[in-house]
Amino acid sequence: MEIIPLPELQIGERARVVSLNAAGPQRRRMLDLGLVPQAVIEALRKSPAGDPVAYRIRGAVIALRREEASLVMVTRI
Amino acid sequence: MSQTSCCQGTHAACTERFEIELQSPDDLVIALAGNPNTGKSTVFNALTGMNQHTGNWAGKTVGSAIGRFRHREHSFTLVDLPGTYSLLSQSADEQVARDFICFGNPHATLVVTDATNLERNLNLALQVMEVTDRVVVAVNLMDEAKRKGITIDLAGLQEQLGVPVIPLSARKGEGLPELKDMLLKVALGEVQPAPKLLPYSEEVERAVADLLPQVEPLVGGVLRPRWVALRLLDGDESVLAALEQYTLEPPRQIRSGEVVIPQ
Repeated sequence: MEIIPLPELQIGERARVVSLNAAGPQRRRMLDLGLVPQAVIEALRKSPAGDPVAYRIRGAVIALRREEASLVMVTRI
Repeated sequence: MSQTSCCQGTHAACTERFEIELQSPDDLVIALAGNPNTGKSTVFNALTGMNQHTGNWAGKTVGSAIGRFRHREHSFTLVDLPGTYSLLSQSADEQVARDFICFGNPHATLVVTDATNLERNLNLALQVMEVTDRVVVAVNLMDEAKRKGITIDLAGLQEQLGVPVIPLSARKGEGLPELKDMLLKVALGEVQPAPKLLPYSEEVERAVADLLPQVEPLVGGVLRPRWVALRLLDGDESVLAALEQYTLEPPRQIRSGEVVIPQ
């Protein structure tokens, strides 16, 4: 299964979180938002400028900037 | 472990520090925590009979986010904390919520969760349970869950968490009497929740065990030493700052390196 950074996920696609390339408070923040390994994430829509992107994570819609999303490694499902 | 008071006297809630006025010293203080969009404000309004309230969380006071109610001849002061996913990230909202639960010494903390989204919501509940024993979990939006075909094993949840779990449909007022009864029992110590805490990896548990004998004498009367040890391992400086702000004894031994934190 190919592991890709989250921004490569197209709108409407779903993926499973594999790992986070973040540390410290940023990693904590991501974990608290529900981005834990095995969590399912769906790319819902882009903002007009294409960044940030809204994702559905464990039942909540959360916008992530490309900068943050690129630290989340996922596999498409 | 029962949390002892950080104020003068035995069971006083430490509300002055947060600029919360009690109507009487016998008021039972309940902290209200929950993720955003769990119907926390609906629960607040349903309990206090208020139709609206605006929280003012500027700075570190919670003065305008409180409401009151009476139940079985007892007065309650309900402190509505900002909606957060966590107590551990570094946003101002989360620090306010954390500081009140840690240092406000509420008689009980009510964690409102969303029945349609329980998995996400339990993160906060588990974090609160690491800070204090006196926790009641309300599973709100039971009506909506039912509509969506979601059933929740409430007895199983209560068994796994080790704290009282009360189903609620706050919009319809369903479950409120039972919730008030449970808050009263926990606040008075008639029910003593025994949270089942998450064990961490062997490595982390070993580091916690190493730290505990050093941390315990420093914070034992105020905070749960295990929780402080975990935050030290996290490298969470803001907990030390809060300890200095809210307690008389600054954790200078921790600052000065007398407490050796395993790397």
